[in-house]
Amino acid sequence: MAATLKDATAIVGIGQTAFAKQLPQSEKELACRAILAALDDAGIDPSEVDAFSSYTMEETDEVEVAKGIGAGDVTFFSKIGYGGGGSCATVGHLAAAVATGQASVGVAWRSRKRGSGPRPWKNTAVQLPTPGQWTRPFGLLRPADEIGMLARRYMHEYGATRDHLFNVAMACRNRANENPAAMMYERPLTREMYMTARMISDPLCLFDNCLETDGALACVIVSAERARDCRQKPVYVHSVAQGLPSQHHGMVNYWNDDPLSGPAWTAARHLWKQADFGPQDVDVAQIYDAFTPLIPLSLEGYGFCGRGEGAAFTEGGALEMGGRLPINTGGGGLSEAYVHGFNLINEGVKQLRGISTAQVPDAATCLVTAGEGVPTSAILLRA
Amino acid sequence: MTTQTTTTTTSADELLLPVPDEDGAPFWEYAAQGELRIQACAAPDCGKLRFPPRPCCPHCRSFDSEWRRMSGRGRIWSYVRPHPPLLPAYAAQAPYNVILVELADAPQIRLVGNLVTSADAPLDSMDPARLRIGARVQVVFTETGGIAVPRWVLEKS
Ligand SMILES: [Zn+2]
Repeated sequence: MAATLKDATAIVGIGQTAFAKQLPQSEKELACRAILAALDDAGIDPSEVDAFSSYTMEETDEVEVAKGIGAGDVTFFSKIGYGGGGSCATVGHLAAAVATGQASVGVAWRSRKRGSGPRPWKNTAVQLPTPGQWTRPFGLLRPADEIGMLARRYMHEYGATRDHLFNVAMACRNRANENPAAMMYERPLTREMYMTARMISDPLCLFDNCLETDGALACVIVSAERARDCRQKPVYVHSVAQGLPSQHHGMVNYWNDDPLSGPAWTAARHLWKQADFGPQDVDVAQIYDAFTPLIPLSLEGYGFCGRGEGAAFTEGGALEMGGRLPINTGGGGLSEAYVHGFNLINEGVKQLRGISTAQVPDAATCLVTAGEGVPTSAILLRA
Repeated sequence: MTTQTTTTTTSADELLLPVPDEDGAPFWEYAAQGELRIQACAAPDCGKLRFPPRPCCPHCRSFDSEWRRMSGRGRIWSYVRPHPPLLPAYAAQAPYNVILVELADAPQIRLVGNLVTSADAPLDSMDPARLRIGARVQVVFTETGGIAVPRWVLEKS
Protein backbone atom coordinates (compact mmCIF):
# COMPACT_ATOMS: atom_id res chain seq x y z
CA MET A 1 0.00 0.00 0.00
CA ALA A 2 1.09 3.54 -0.69
CA ALA A 3 2.45 5.45 2.28
CA THR A 4 1.60 8.70 0.55
CA LEU A 5 -0.97 9.86 -1.96
CA LYS A 6 1.68 11.85 -3.80
CA ASP A 7 1.36 11.04 -7.51
CA ALA A 8 -0.02 7.59 -6.59
CA THR A 9 -3.12 8.17 -8.71
CA ALA A 10 -4.03 10.10 -11.82
CA ILE A 11 -7.06 11.59 -13.52
CA VAL A 12 -7.30 9.79 -16.86
CA GLY A 13 -10.70 10.81 -18.12
CA ILE A 14 -12.88 13.90 -18.08
CA GLY A 15 -16.39 14.42 -19.37
CA GLN A 16 -19.06 17.07 -19.39
CA THR A 17 -22.45 17.88 -20.82
CA ALA A 18 -23.45 21.15 -22.41
CA PHE A 19 -23.82 24.09 -20.02
CA ALA A 20 -26.95 26.19 -20.29
CA LYS A 21 -29.47 28.14 -18.30
CA GLN A 22 -31.94 25.40 -19.04
CA LEU A 23 -31.36 21.87 -20.32
CA PRO A 24 -34.18 19.45 -21.09
CA GLN A 25 -32.54 16.38 -19.53
CA SER A 26 -32.92 15.35 -15.90
CA GLU A 27 -30.04 15.61 -13.43
CA LYS A 28 -29.82 11.82 -13.50
CA GLU A 29 -29.47 11.72 -17.26
CA LEU A 30 -26.92 14.55 -17.23
CA ALA A 31 -24.89 12.67 -14.60
CA CYS A 32 -24.85 9.47 -16.66
CA ARG A 33 -23.92 11.34 -19.83
CA ALA A 34 -21.00 13.16 -18.17
CA ILE A 35 -19.72 9.97 -16.53
CA LEU A 36 -19.93 7.92 -19.74
CA ALA A 37 -18.11 10.70 -21.59
CA ALA A 38 -15.33 10.67 -18.98
CA LEU A 39 -14.98 6.88 -19.16
CA ASP A 40 -14.92 7.02 -22.95
CA ASP A 41 -12.23 9.72 -22.75
CA ALA A 42 -10.20 7.38 -20.52
CA GLY A 43 -10.86 4.33 -22.66
CA ILE A 44 -12.22 2.41 -19.66
CA ASP A 45 -15.35 0.26 -19.85
CA PRO A 46 -18.11 1.39 -17.45
CA SER A 47 -18.32 -2.16 -16.06
CA GLU A 48 -14.86 -1.62 -14.53
CA VAL A 49 -15.98 1.27 -12.30
CA ASP A 50 -15.91 0.21 -8.65
CA ALA A 51 -15.81 3.55 -6.78
CA PHE A 52 -17.90 6.72 -6.76
CA SER A 53 -17.68 10.05 -5.03
CA SER A 54 -19.82 13.16 -5.19
CA TYR A 55 -21.23 15.93 -3.03
CA THR A 56 -23.84 15.48 -0.29
CA MET A 57 -25.88 18.00 -2.30
CA GLU A 58 -25.77 15.71 -5.35
CA GLU A 59 -29.30 14.46 -5.83
CA THR A 60 -28.48 11.56 -8.14
CA ASP A 61 -27.02 8.99 -5.80
CA GLU A 62 -24.41 6.34 -6.56
CA VAL A 63 -27.03 3.59 -6.68
CA GLU A 64 -28.80 5.27 -9.58
CA VAL A 65 -25.59 6.22 -11.33
CA ALA A 66 -24.05 2.76 -11.00
CA LYS A 67 -27.20 1.16 -12.34
CA GLY A 68 -27.51 3.73 -15.09
CA ILE A 69 -24.04 3.37 -16.54
CA GLY A 70 -23.77 -0.39 -15.94
CA ALA A 71 -20.99 -0.25 -13.37
CA GLY A 72 -19.64 -3.45 -11.85
CA ASP A 73 -19.63 -4.29 -8.16
CA VAL A 74 -18.85 -1.10 -6.27
CA THR A 75 -16.56 -1.29 -3.24
CA PHE A 76 -16.12 2.37 -2.33
CA PHE A 77 -18.51 5.32 -2.33
CA SER A 78 -18.47 8.62 -0.48
CA LYS A 79 -20.25 11.95 -0.32
CA ILE A 80 -18.62 15.23 0.65
CA GLY A 81 -20.49 17.93 2.52
CA TYR A 82 -20.73 21.73 2.32
CA GLY A 83 -21.78 22.35 -1.25
CA GLY A 84 -18.96 23.71 -3.37
CA GLY A 85 -16.49 22.99 -0.58
CA GLY A 86 -16.72 19.36 -1.56
CA SER A 87 -15.55 19.49 -5.16
CA CYS A 88 -11.85 18.65 -4.82
CA ALA A 89 -12.43 16.21 -1.96
CA THR A 90 -14.35 13.93 -4.34
CA VAL A 91 -11.07 13.45 -6.20
CA GLY A 92 -9.18 13.25 -2.91
CA HIS A 93 -11.39 10.50 -1.51
CA LEU A 94 -11.13 8.45 -4.69
CA ALA A 95 -7.36 8.94 -4.82
CA ALA A 96 -7.14 7.62 -1.26
CA ALA A 97 -9.43 4.69 -2.06
CA VAL A 98 -7.49 3.71 -5.17
CA ALA A 99 -4.08 4.23 -3.55
CA THR A 100 -5.02 2.01 -0.62
CA GLY A 101 -6.49 -0.73 -2.75
CA GLN A 102 -10.13 -0.22 -1.80
CA ALA A 103 -11.05 0.24 -5.45
CA SER A 104 -9.42 0.44 -8.86
CA VAL A 105 -11.51 2.74 -11.06
CA GLY A 106 -13.10 5.74 -9.39
CA VAL A 107 -15.60 8.19 -10.82
CA ALA A 108 -16.26 11.62 -9.30
CA TRP A 109 -19.16 13.65 -10.64
CA ARG A 110 -21.55 16.53 -10.13
CA SER A 111 -24.83 17.04 -11.92
CA ARG A 112 -26.91 20.09 -11.22
CA LYS A 113 -29.88 21.99 -12.55
CA ARG A 114 -29.24 25.25 -10.79
CA GLY A 115 -30.19 27.26 -13.84
CA SER A 116 -33.74 25.96 -14.09
CA GLY A 117 -34.15 24.58 -10.57
CA PRO A 118 -35.00 26.21 -7.24
CA ARG A 119 -32.65 28.57 -5.44
CA PRO A 120 -31.13 26.89 -2.41
CA TRP A 121 -31.50 30.03 -0.31
CA LYS A 122 -35.28 29.84 -0.71
CA ASN A 123 -35.21 26.84 1.58
CA THR A 124 -35.39 28.88 4.75
CA ALA A 125 -35.48 25.72 6.84
CA VAL A 126 -31.83 25.06 6.11
CA GLN A 127 -30.19 25.00 9.52
CA LEU A 128 -26.69 23.80 8.78
CA PRO A 129 -24.01 24.37 9.72
CA THR A 130 -25.14 27.40 11.70
CA PRO A 131 -28.80 27.70 12.67
CA GLY A 132 -30.70 30.23 10.60
CA GLN A 133 -32.23 31.75 13.73
CA TRP A 134 -29.21 34.07 13.97
CA THR A 135 -29.27 35.30 10.38
CA ARG A 136 -32.44 34.61 8.36
CA PRO A 137 -34.94 36.81 10.25
CA PHE A 138 -32.72 39.82 9.61
CA GLY A 139 -32.84 39.34 5.86
CA LEU A 140 -29.44 37.72 5.48
CA LEU A 141 -30.93 35.15 3.16
CA ARG A 142 -28.56 34.22 0.35
CA PRO A 143 -24.93 33.19 0.03
CA ALA A 144 -24.32 36.53 -1.74
CA ASP A 145 -25.51 38.35 1.39
CA GLU A 146 -23.34 36.22 3.65
CA ILE A 147 -20.18 36.66 1.56
CA GLY A 148 -20.99 40.33 0.89
CA MET A 149 -20.67 40.94 4.63
CA LEU A 150 -17.13 39.54 4.64
CA ALA A 151 -16.32 41.35 1.40
CA ARG A 152 -17.29 44.75 2.84
CA ARG A 153 -15.10 44.17 5.89
CA TYR A 154 -12.23 42.96 3.68
CA MET A 155 -12.50 46.11 1.56
CA HIS A 156 -12.56 48.25 4.70
CA GLU A 157 -9.55 46.58 6.32
CA TYR A 158 -7.29 46.30 3.29
CA GLY A 159 -8.34 49.07 0.94
CA ALA A 160 -9.73 46.67 -1.62
CA THR A 161 -12.09 48.25 -4.13
CA ARG A 162 -14.73 47.26 -6.65
CA ASP A 163 -12.02 47.64 -9.28
CA HIS A 164 -10.20 44.72 -7.69
CA LEU A 165 -13.34 42.61 -7.81
CA PHE A 166 -13.79 43.69 -11.42
CA ASN A 167 -10.27 42.40 -12.20
CA VAL A 168 -11.43 38.96 -11.06
CA ALA A 169 -14.70 39.04 -13.00
CA MET A 170 -12.85 40.29 -16.08
CA ALA A 171 -10.19 37.58 -16.03
CA CYS A 172 -12.85 34.89 -15.85
CA ARG A 173 -14.93 36.51 -18.57
CA ASN A 174 -11.95 36.91 -20.87
CA ARG A 175 -11.19 33.19 -20.58
CA ALA A 176 -14.85 32.28 -21.15
CA ASN A 177 -14.76 34.40 -24.30
CA GLU A 178 -12.13 31.94 -25.58
CA ASN A 179 -14.05 28.81 -24.56
CA PRO A 180 -16.89 27.78 -26.92
CA ALA A 181 -18.38 25.55 -24.19
CA ALA A 182 -18.70 28.46 -21.76
CA MET A 183 -22.05 30.09 -21.13
CA MET A 184 -20.39 33.50 -21.60
CA TYR A 185 -18.61 32.63 -24.85
CA GLU A 186 -18.75 35.62 -27.17
CA ARG A 187 -20.28 37.79 -24.43
CA PRO A 188 -17.57 40.30 -23.46
CA LEU A 189 -17.65 42.26 -20.22
CA THR A 190 -16.54 45.88 -19.89
CA ARG A 191 -15.64 47.95 -16.89
CA GLU A 192 -18.61 50.19 -17.56
CA MET A 193 -20.97 47.21 -17.61
CA TYR A 194 -19.53 46.08 -14.30
CA MET A 195 -19.64 49.46 -12.58
CA THR A 196 -23.21 50.18 -13.65
CA ALA A 197 -24.58 46.67 -13.07
CA ARG A 198 -27.44 46.18 -10.66
CA MET A 199 -26.49 45.34 -7.11
CA ILE A 200 -27.32 41.93 -5.66
CA SER A 201 -26.00 42.47 -2.17
CA ASP A 202 -24.13 45.76 -2.05
CA PRO A 203 -21.05 45.73 -2.25
CA LEU A 204 -21.58 42.77 -4.63
CA CYS A 205 -23.15 43.38 -8.03
CA LEU A 206 -24.52 41.01 -10.65
CA PHE A 207 -21.07 40.29 -12.11
CA ASP A 208 -19.62 39.38 -8.71
CA ASN A 209 -21.92 36.35 -8.66
CA CYS A 210 -21.51 32.98 -10.34
CA LEU A 211 -23.76 31.83 -13.16
CA GLU A 212 -26.91 29.78 -12.77
CA THR A 213 -26.27 26.68 -14.79
CA ASP A 214 -27.70 23.33 -15.79
CA GLY A 215 -24.99 20.79 -16.52
CA ALA A 216 -22.88 17.91 -15.30
CA LEU A 217 -19.21 16.93 -15.21
CA ALA A 218 -17.22 13.85 -14.22
CA CYS A 219 -13.68 12.58 -14.04
CA VAL A 220 -12.05 9.16 -13.76
CA ILE A 221 -9.27 8.26 -11.31
CA VAL A 222 -7.02 5.20 -11.45
CA SER A 223 -3.63 4.23 -10.05
CA ALA A 224 -0.55 5.84 -11.58
CA GLU A 225 0.49 2.40 -12.82
CA ARG A 226 -2.75 1.79 -14.65
CA ALA A 227 -2.82 5.38 -15.91
CA ARG A 228 0.18 4.68 -18.14
CA ASP A 229 -1.99 2.32 -20.22
CA CYS A 230 -4.93 4.68 -20.63
CA ARG A 231 -5.91 6.60 -23.73
CA GLN A 232 -4.97 10.05 -22.41
CA LYS A 233 -1.88 11.56 -20.89
CA PRO A 234 -2.21 11.04 -17.10
CA VAL A 235 -2.66 14.04 -14.86
CA TYR A 236 -1.30 13.07 -11.46
CA VAL A 237 -3.02 13.87 -8.19
CA HIS A 238 0.01 15.27 -6.40
CA SER A 239 -1.46 16.50 -3.12
CA VAL A 240 -4.93 16.68 -1.61
CA ALA A 241 -6.39 18.30 1.47
CA GLN A 242 -9.63 19.20 3.13
CA GLY A 243 -9.95 22.18 5.44
CA LEU A 244 -12.24 22.75 8.40
CA PRO A 245 -10.52 25.30 10.65
CA SER A 246 -10.86 25.61 14.37
CA GLN A 247 -13.90 27.78 15.24
CA HIS A 248 -15.25 27.69 11.69
CA HIS A 249 -18.96 28.41 11.25
CA GLY A 250 -19.55 27.90 7.55
CA MET A 251 -20.48 30.72 5.21
CA VAL A 252 -21.41 33.01 8.10
CA ASN A 253 -17.98 32.76 9.64
CA TYR A 254 -18.66 35.88 11.69
CA TRP A 255 -18.08 34.41 15.13
CA ASN A 256 -14.55 33.26 14.47
CA ASP A 257 -11.80 35.30 16.15
CA ASP A 258 -10.64 36.10 12.62
CA PRO A 259 -13.52 35.88 10.11
CA LEU A 260 -11.36 36.87 7.13
CA SER A 261 -9.13 33.82 7.55
CA GLY A 262 -11.15 30.96 6.13
CA PRO A 263 -10.83 27.24 5.41
CA ALA A 264 -8.41 27.89 2.52
CA TRP A 265 -5.67 28.58 5.05
CA THR A 266 -6.21 25.20 6.72
CA ALA A 267 -6.38 23.22 3.48
CA ALA A 268 -3.33 25.07 2.13
CA ARG A 269 -1.10 24.20 5.06
CA HIS A 270 -1.62 20.47 4.54
CA LEU A 271 -1.61 20.73 0.75
CA TRP A 272 1.82 22.37 0.60
CA LYS A 273 3.27 20.22 3.37
CA GLN A 274 2.58 17.15 1.25
CA ALA A 275 3.82 18.66 -2.01
CA ASP A 276 7.22 18.75 -3.73
CA PHE A 277 6.65 22.36 -4.79
CA GLY A 278 5.17 25.58 -3.47
CA PRO A 279 2.86 28.38 -4.60
CA GLN A 280 5.65 30.05 -6.58
CA ASP A 281 5.84 26.92 -8.78
CA VAL A 282 2.17 26.84 -9.73
CA ASP A 283 1.78 27.48 -13.46
CA VAL A 284 -1.98 27.95 -13.52
CA ALA A 285 -4.75 27.90 -10.91
CA GLN A 286 -8.45 27.11 -10.91
CA ILE A 287 -9.79 28.95 -7.88
CA TYR A 288 -13.36 28.53 -6.70
CA ASP A 289 -15.26 31.62 -7.71
CA ALA A 290 -18.88 31.51 -6.64
CA PHE A 291 -18.24 35.17 -5.76
CA THR A 292 -15.38 37.44 -6.84
CA PRO A 293 -14.16 38.21 -3.28
CA LEU A 294 -13.34 34.52 -2.85
CA ILE A 295 -10.40 35.00 -5.23
CA PRO A 296 -8.38 37.54 -3.18
CA LEU A 297 -9.22 35.63 -0.01
CA SER A 298 -8.07 32.35 -1.61
CA LEU A 299 -4.91 33.89 -3.09
CA GLU A 300 -3.96 34.81 0.47
CA GLY A 301 -5.05 31.51 1.95
CA TYR A 302 -3.09 29.40 -0.54
CA GLY A 303 0.01 31.50 -0.08
CA PHE A 304 0.30 33.34 -3.41
CA CYS A 305 0.62 36.60 -1.47
CA GLY A 306 0.50 37.84 2.09
CA ARG A 307 -2.49 38.56 4.27
CA GLY A 308 -4.42 41.56 2.94
CA GLU A 309 -2.52 41.54 -0.36
CA GLY A 310 -5.00 39.48 -2.39
CA ALA A 311 -6.78 42.45 -3.92
CA ALA A 312 -3.57 44.18 -4.95
CA PHE A 313 -2.41 40.86 -6.44
CA THR A 314 -5.15 41.13 -9.06
CA GLU A 315 -3.71 44.38 -10.46
CA GLY A 316 -1.71 44.67 -13.68
CA GLY A 317 -3.27 41.67 -15.39
CA ALA A 318 -1.82 39.17 -12.91
CA LEU A 319 -4.79 36.82 -13.35
CA GLU A 320 -4.83 37.07 -17.14
CA MET A 321 -2.97 34.95 -19.70
CA GLY A 322 0.74 35.75 -19.43
CA GLY A 323 0.21 37.22 -15.95
CA ARG A 324 1.74 36.05 -12.72
CA LEU A 325 -1.03 33.50 -12.10
CA PRO A 326 -3.60 32.85 -14.83
CA ILE A 327 -6.78 31.63 -13.15
CA ASN A 328 -9.99 29.89 -14.16
CA THR A 329 -8.88 29.41 -17.72
CA GLY A 330 -12.20 27.93 -18.85
CA GLY A 331 -14.06 30.92 -17.43
CA GLY A 332 -14.72 29.54 -13.95
CA GLY A 333 -17.98 29.63 -12.07
CA LEU A 334 -18.34 33.30 -12.92
CA SER A 335 -18.32 32.86 -16.69
CA GLU A 336 -18.02 29.23 -17.86
CA ALA A 337 -20.56 27.37 -15.73
CA TYR A 338 -21.43 27.09 -12.07
CA VAL A 339 -21.59 23.39 -11.35
CA HIS A 340 -20.30 23.63 -7.78
CA GLY A 341 -16.73 23.99 -9.01
CA PHE A 342 -16.40 20.69 -10.84
CA ASN A 343 -15.60 22.50 -14.10
CA LEU A 344 -12.48 23.82 -12.34
CA ILE A 345 -11.23 20.26 -11.83
CA ASN A 346 -11.74 19.31 -15.46
CA GLU A 347 -10.17 22.56 -16.63
CA GLY A 348 -7.10 21.81 -14.50
CA VAL A 349 -6.82 18.46 -16.29
CA LYS A 350 -7.16 20.16 -19.69
CA GLN A 351 -4.33 22.57 -18.84
CA LEU A 352 -1.97 19.74 -17.90
CA ARG A 353 -2.91 17.81 -21.02
CA GLY A 354 -2.17 20.97 -23.02
CA ILE A 355 -5.65 21.18 -24.56
CA SER A 356 -7.26 24.17 -22.81
CA THR A 357 -8.91 26.82 -24.95
CA ALA A 358 -6.72 29.27 -23.00
CA GLN A 359 -3.62 27.15 -22.73
CA VAL A 360 -0.80 28.31 -20.46
CA PRO A 361 2.35 27.29 -22.38
CA ASP A 362 3.96 24.16 -20.92
CA ALA A 363 1.74 24.17 -17.83
CA ALA A 364 2.98 21.36 -15.59
CA THR A 365 1.40 22.22 -12.22
CA CYS A 366 -2.11 23.35 -11.37
CA LEU A 367 -3.86 24.20 -8.12
CA VAL A 368 -7.59 23.50 -8.02
CA THR A 369 -9.61 24.72 -5.06
CA ALA A 370 -13.12 24.16 -3.75
CA GLY A 371 -15.43 26.69 -2.16
CA GLU A 372 -13.78 29.11 0.26
CA GLY A 373 -15.99 30.27 3.12
CA VAL A 374 -17.26 26.76 3.81
CA PRO A 375 -15.42 23.60 4.87
CA THR A 376 -13.32 23.16 1.78
CA SER A 377 -10.87 21.04 -0.18
CA ALA A 378 -8.10 21.45 -2.74
CA ILE A 379 -5.91 19.38 -5.01
CA LEU A 380 -2.58 19.94 -6.67
CA LEU A 381 -2.34 18.39 -10.11
CA ARG A 382 0.86 17.77 -12.05
CA ALA A 383 1.54 16.64 -15.57
CA MET B 1 -52.43 35.49 5.26
CA THR B 2 -49.83 34.37 7.75
CA THR B 3 -48.77 30.88 6.91
CA GLN B 4 -47.12 28.56 9.33
CA THR B 5 -45.47 25.28 8.58
CA THR B 6 -43.51 22.92 10.72
CA THR B 7 -40.25 24.28 9.40
CA THR B 8 -40.73 27.99 8.83
CA THR B 9 -42.67 30.67 10.61
CA THR B 10 -43.30 34.16 9.41
CA SER B 11 -44.54 37.29 11.13
CA ALA B 12 -47.63 39.25 10.14
CA ASP B 13 -45.54 41.17 7.60
CA GLU B 14 -44.19 37.81 6.39
CA LEU B 15 -40.64 38.40 7.53
CA LEU B 16 -39.08 35.16 8.74
CA LEU B 17 -39.24 34.58 12.46
CA PRO B 18 -36.41 32.93 14.33
CA VAL B 19 -36.90 29.23 14.85
CA PRO B 20 -35.03 28.73 18.14
CA ASP B 21 -33.21 25.50 18.73
CA GLU B 22 -32.64 24.05 22.19
CA ASP B 23 -29.33 25.86 22.64
CA GLY B 24 -30.66 29.19 21.37
CA ALA B 25 -34.01 29.25 23.21
CA PRO B 26 -32.74 31.22 26.26
CA PHE B 27 -31.54 34.05 23.99
CA TRP B 28 -35.08 34.55 22.73
CA GLU B 29 -36.62 34.15 26.19
CA TYR B 30 -34.40 36.95 27.53
CA ALA B 31 -35.09 39.03 24.44
CA ALA B 32 -38.81 38.82 25.27
CA GLN B 33 -37.91 40.50 28.57
CA GLY B 34 -35.99 43.21 26.72
CA GLU B 35 -32.61 41.80 27.70
CA LEU B 36 -29.68 41.02 25.45
CA ARG B 37 -27.94 38.06 27.02
CA ILE B 38 -25.08 35.94 25.68
CA GLN B 39 -24.19 32.42 26.76
CA ALA B 40 -21.11 32.14 28.95
CA CYS B 41 -19.21 29.21 30.39
CA ALA B 42 -20.14 28.72 34.04
CA ALA B 43 -16.96 26.88 35.03
CA PRO B 44 -15.31 28.93 37.81
CA ASP B 45 -11.91 29.32 36.13
CA CYS B 46 -13.22 29.97 32.62
CA GLY B 47 -16.32 32.10 32.14
CA LYS B 48 -15.71 32.69 28.44
CA LEU B 49 -18.57 33.94 26.28
CA ARG B 50 -19.58 31.95 23.22
CA PHE B 51 -21.85 32.49 20.24
CA PRO B 52 -23.82 30.90 18.67
CA PRO B 53 -24.90 29.07 21.81
CA ARG B 54 -23.97 25.41 22.12
CA PRO B 55 -23.78 22.74 24.78
CA CYS B 56 -20.05 22.68 25.51
CA CYS B 57 -17.34 25.28 26.20
CA PRO B 58 -14.63 25.05 23.50
CA HIS B 59 -12.03 26.44 25.92
CA CYS B 60 -12.44 24.20 28.97
CA ARG B 61 -15.03 21.67 27.73
CA SER B 62 -17.38 22.37 30.59
CA PHE B 63 -21.08 21.71 29.97
CA ASP B 64 -22.13 24.29 32.58
CA SER B 65 -23.34 27.56 31.14
CA GLU B 66 -25.10 30.76 32.19
CA TRP B 67 -26.55 33.70 30.29
CA ARG B 68 -24.76 36.97 30.92
CA ARG B 69 -26.47 40.32 30.41
CA MET B 70 -24.81 42.64 27.92
CA SER B 71 -24.93 46.44 27.88
CA GLY B 72 -26.59 46.31 24.47
CA ARG B 73 -24.01 48.65 22.98
CA GLY B 74 -21.90 47.78 19.99
CA ARG B 75 -20.25 48.90 16.78
CA ILE B 76 -20.96 48.04 13.16
CA TRP B 77 -18.33 45.50 12.01
CA SER B 78 -19.69 45.23 8.49
CA TYR B 79 -22.92 45.52 6.55
CA VAL B 80 -24.61 44.63 3.27
CA ARG B 81 -27.57 46.05 1.38
CA PRO B 82 -29.54 43.21 -0.22
CA HIS B 83 -31.40 43.86 -3.46
CA PRO B 84 -33.86 41.47 -5.16
CA PRO B 85 -34.28 38.64 -6.00
CA LEU B 86 -35.35 38.06 -2.39
CA LEU B 87 -38.21 36.42 -0.54
CA PRO B 88 -41.31 38.60 -1.12
CA ALA B 89 -41.50 40.31 2.29
CA TYR B 90 -37.85 41.26 2.10
CA ALA B 91 -38.07 42.32 -1.55
CA ALA B 92 -40.86 44.70 -0.54
CA GLN B 93 -38.44 46.55 1.76
CA ALA B 94 -35.31 46.22 -0.40
CA PRO B 95 -32.78 47.59 -0.51
CA TYR B 96 -32.59 47.33 3.26
CA ASN B 97 -29.53 46.90 5.41
CA VAL B 98 -28.18 43.93 7.32
CA ILE B 99 -25.48 44.84 9.79
CA LEU B 100 -23.04 42.80 11.81
CA VAL B 101 -22.62 44.28 15.28
CA GLU B 102 -19.62 43.56 17.48
CA LEU B 103 -20.68 43.92 21.08
CA ALA B 104 -18.93 46.61 23.17
CA ASP B 105 -18.70 44.15 26.08
CA ALA B 106 -17.30 41.34 23.94
CA PRO B 107 -15.96 42.37 20.53
CA GLN B 108 -15.56 38.77 19.37
CA ILE B 109 -19.32 38.26 19.75
CA ARG B 110 -20.93 39.59 16.58
CA LEU B 111 -24.69 39.65 16.03
CA VAL B 112 -26.46 39.89 12.70
CA GLY B 113 -29.17 42.54 12.77
CA ASN B 114 -30.73 45.56 11.12
CA LEU B 115 -30.04 49.26 11.67
CA VAL B 116 -33.38 51.07 11.90
CA THR B 117 -34.56 54.54 12.96
CA SER B 118 -36.63 53.16 15.83
CA ALA B 119 -37.56 49.76 17.25
CA ASP B 120 -40.67 49.28 15.15
CA ALA B 121 -39.49 51.04 11.99
CA PRO B 122 -39.16 49.05 8.75
CA LEU B 123 -35.91 47.40 7.71
CA ASP B 124 -35.29 50.12 5.12
CA SER B 125 -35.99 53.07 7.45
CA MET B 126 -32.36 54.12 7.95
CA ASP B 127 -30.74 56.46 5.43
CA PRO B 128 -28.02 54.30 3.80
CA ALA B 129 -25.62 57.24 3.95
CA ARG B 130 -25.49 56.73 7.70
CA LEU B 131 -24.26 53.14 7.44
CA ARG B 132 -20.61 53.12 8.43
CA ILE B 133 -18.23 50.48 9.74
CA GLY B 134 -17.38 51.46 13.30
CA ALA B 135 -20.63 53.37 13.91
CA ARG B 136 -21.86 53.00 17.51
CA VAL B 137 -25.22 51.30 17.89
CA GLN B 138 -27.60 50.34 20.67
CA VAL B 139 -29.94 47.36 20.81
CA VAL B 140 -33.72 47.78 20.85
CA PHE B 141 -36.35 45.07 20.64
CA THR B 142 -39.37 44.87 18.42
CA GLU B 143 -42.18 42.39 18.80
CA THR B 144 -43.19 40.61 15.66
CA GLY B 145 -45.36 37.53 15.42
CA GLY B 146 -45.16 37.09 19.20
CA ILE B 147 -41.36 37.03 19.26
CA ALA B 148 -39.11 39.86 20.44
CA VAL B 149 -36.42 40.40 17.83
CA PRO B 150 -33.37 42.59 18.47
CA ARG B 151 -32.81 45.55 16.17
CA TRP B 152 -30.25 48.33 16.35
CA VAL B 153 -30.43 52.12 16.43
CA LEU B 154 -27.58 54.61 16.25
CA GLU B 155 -26.31 55.41 19.73
CA LYS B 156 -27.08 58.95 20.81
CA SER B 157 -23.83 60.73 21.45
ZN1 LIG C 1 -15.14 27.16 29.73
